[in-house]
Amino acid sequence: MSKEEKYNRYQRQVILNEFGTVSQDKLFSVKVLVIGAGGLGCPALQYLAAAGVGQIGIVDFDIISLTNLQRQVLYATEEVGRGKAETAAKKIRALNPEIKVEVFNTRIQNSNALELISPYDIVLDGSDNFATRYLLNDACVLLNKPLIYGAVFQFEGQVGVFNLEDKLTQIKANYRDLFPFPPLEKLSCNEIGVIGVLPGIIGVMQAAETIKIVTDVGMPSTNKIISYNVLNNRLYEVEIVPNENMGSVMPKSKAELLKFDYEWFCNAPPINEQITPEDFHELLKNEKITVIDVREKDELPLITWIENIHLPMSEFGRGIKTISPTGKIVLICQSGKRSLEALQILKSKNPGCEVFSLIGGLDSWEKKSKSSV
Amino acid sequence: MAIKLLTFGQITEIIGQSESAVNALDSDALKAQLIRQFPGLKDLQFVIAVNKKLISKNTDLKDGDTVALLPPFSGG
Repeated sequence: MSKEEKYNRYQRQVILNEFGTVSQDKLFSVKVLVIGAGGLGCPALQYLAAAGVGQIGIVDFDIISLTNLQRQVLYATEEVGRGKAETAAKKIRALNPEIKVEVFNTRIQNSNALELISPYDIVLDGSDNFATRYLLNDACVLLNKPLIYGAVFQFEGQVGVFNLEDKLTQIKANYRDLFPFPPLEKLSCNEIGVIGVLPGIIGVMQAAETIKIVTDVGMPSTNKIISYNVLNNRLYEVEIVPNENMGSVMPKSKAELLKFDYEWFCNAPPINEQITPEDFHELLKNEKITVIDVREKDELPLITWIENIHLPMSEFGRGIKTISPTGKIVLICQSGKRSLEALQILKSKNPGCEVFSLIGGLDSWEKKSKSSV
Repeated sequence: MAIKLLTFGQITEIIGQSESAVNALDSDALKAQLIRQFPGLKDLQFVIAVNKKLISKNTDLKDGDTVALLPPFSGG
């Protein structure tokens, strides 16, 4: 293809003053990995391919179902039952045969995340669950790749750019700085619903952020989260600030990432990881255990009647490295909520350790002790 | 302190409106107050931004501040 022919297809953007062939060349030479060819992935893939991104990777293990077609607009009714990654690839190759498309008909997880992401320059998160979102985030931080975040809920969406250094401030924030803890209930589009146009809008916004970053045209929403409500067209932008404490929870090496249990981190601990005040009492009598109080330093009274380590939640991520527990660990807070979060962290970093959270916290323990007197 | 409160996602469902006026001295007090008034908030995960900047610890509030409560979304 001659030099003129190379830009023919892209003429409408190349003639823009801010864009030019310089920006187009940058798009030609970038590789973008799109995780999920669903509600967010479909529109993102269409526009990335149309814009001329040189190489696009598609990661999705799922097959097309009828209820997807309300929002996953790359697919046709007769394609229900076929693999999403392969079908999406077919569609965007037809749209733009000049680009390279790689298909990964697989689920992204600890064992393959680093390998899948390494050859690519930017990752676009079109996933639909928290475990994958935290995994993508951690892998991108380890591999130093920008992550274009997008997520939807009913009529509202979120977009943001993580792990990209802001040119002015040199600050780099990521998903864990924004949402250190996942919600413990699992809610998917299947259960709560979503209006079709919403992921369409958010997915294209993600593609827009990708293009801005690659070409250096415009201002990407680096270290920001944009909330959008389709019902009233309101956009609200919030600046994310790095959270040192939660940074320590993130895996710092390939080995740590392989070990980190994301499903554990994102799901409510099974009931046998929670301990009643009665059982806690028994444990204290019969075994040498480590008790950790995760309340903040100004929460009184301090626990003086049993030996314990005081490690507040605000320092928990950093501080757990310094603890070498003997035997079982019991985590305590005021009401039993924070100790559950602490348990999530401990278990996801050390899947083998025996750790419990005191149900109802100090509130219920005191009540129990008083009633038994 | 007279605060403008903005909410998103499931939080708006629980509180009943996406924009309201509240009074609080600091972000911890505001959170405690809202949870007392709307117990459904107790088990929800969300983060707090004051004047469009995310906070990670208790922050004093002044008249005219805007506080936003943001829950994580996972849909894709």
